[in-house]
Amino acid sequence: MESRPEVEPALVPTAVIRHRPPPEPATHTERPATHTERPAIRAERIALVDLLDRVLAGGVVVSGEVVLSIADVDMVRISLRALVTSVSTLARAGADPEASCQ
Amino acid sequence: MEPHGVWIYAIAERVATAPLGQLKGVGGGPVRTLAAAGLTAVAEDVGLAEFGADALRRNLEDLDWLDATARAHHRVIDAVARQGPLIPMRLATVYSGDESIGAMLTERSADFRAALARITGRQEWGVKAYAVRQSEPGGAAEPTTGPASPSAGAGAAYLRRRRDELASQKNARRETLASAEIIHAELSRHVAETRVHPPQAPQLTGTKAPMILNAAYLLDDERGEDFAAVVTALGEQHPGVRLELTGPWPPYSFAGTGEREELSGITA
Repeated sequence: MESRPEVEPALVPTAVIRHRPPPEPATHTERPATHTERPAIRAERIALVDLLDRVLAGGVVVSGEVVLSIADVDMVRISLRALVTSVSTLARAGADPEASCQ
Repeated sequence: MEPHGVWIYAIAERVATAPLGQLKGVGGGPVRTLAAAGLTAVAEDVGLAEFGADALRRNLEDLDWLDATARAHHRVIDAVARQGPLIPMRLATVYSGDESIGAMLTERSADFRAALARITGRQEWGVKAYAVRQSEPGGAAEPTTGPASPSAGAGAAYLRRRRDELASQKNARRETLASAEIIHAELSRHVAETRVHPPQAPQLTGTKAPMILNAAYLLDDERGEDFAAVVTALGEQHPGVRLELTGPWPPYSFAGTGEREELSGITA
């Protein structure tokens, strides 16, 4: 059994991500010519946002005893957004060029 | 023993257990299968101290925990998907025990079989479209005149320039949104099903270019290459839009009740 390299947390998008080795060589819509040769197949790296779109918004929901409700999922997504928004707002504060233009 | 629940990854008709031997699940434990009603659930026993309802609510707010758990969940689903068609479960589906899972499989078996039939021989691909700036409005910036101290005139000129810039960005955005609709419509012609996800926030994508389409497409296994070619061609036809293709994914976006979302998922 192959062991896949553990991917580090990623909030950055990757260009084109191959999740499963088998099928065709990677394609890229921006620069197809540079992708004619198959990239190292294990250099896979899925952006967390793409994954969350699927594991939080997709997948089958069944009713069970301890099930995360849709409301909980929404809460997760909202608080994630709030988290990144507040971080980037903090980073921008004081660095607004229009503030120097009064 | 600590109180535990059973985390479910996926449901399939048959799952060979041997390839699961090396897999570590979300709780770090072994992944196992349990069968009922001719269906097999892929599962893991997890401690409720970490995976109970209250703990989940707390942990899901922890980005590192969420990242590791989402990847572990996906890793198991991806490994099982190589064996054959499966229905992925949403993250954090936890039952109190095998009996209740068996009851759920029995009760929903018709739904699961119908869903499995829909996705057999098919894979999910994702296409994201970003609006890209084609050229800077106004071309080169005017040379700054005079030394450092900005006059009131320079400030007004700056604001005017900034206003024009914003207006032209707005127009460009309208055009690229139209492109996104055309692209989605064209891609939809080549696939079995489509689902539009909400666009990802720029803070999460790490790119400034706004996302204008975030869609999933379900297509036959052997159509992947053709679909990628269509994506490439559309990217060339729409220079104001950058397209990204991801996949193949297990059919996360299509294993549900078959509801289809229309393009209204795209927000301006």
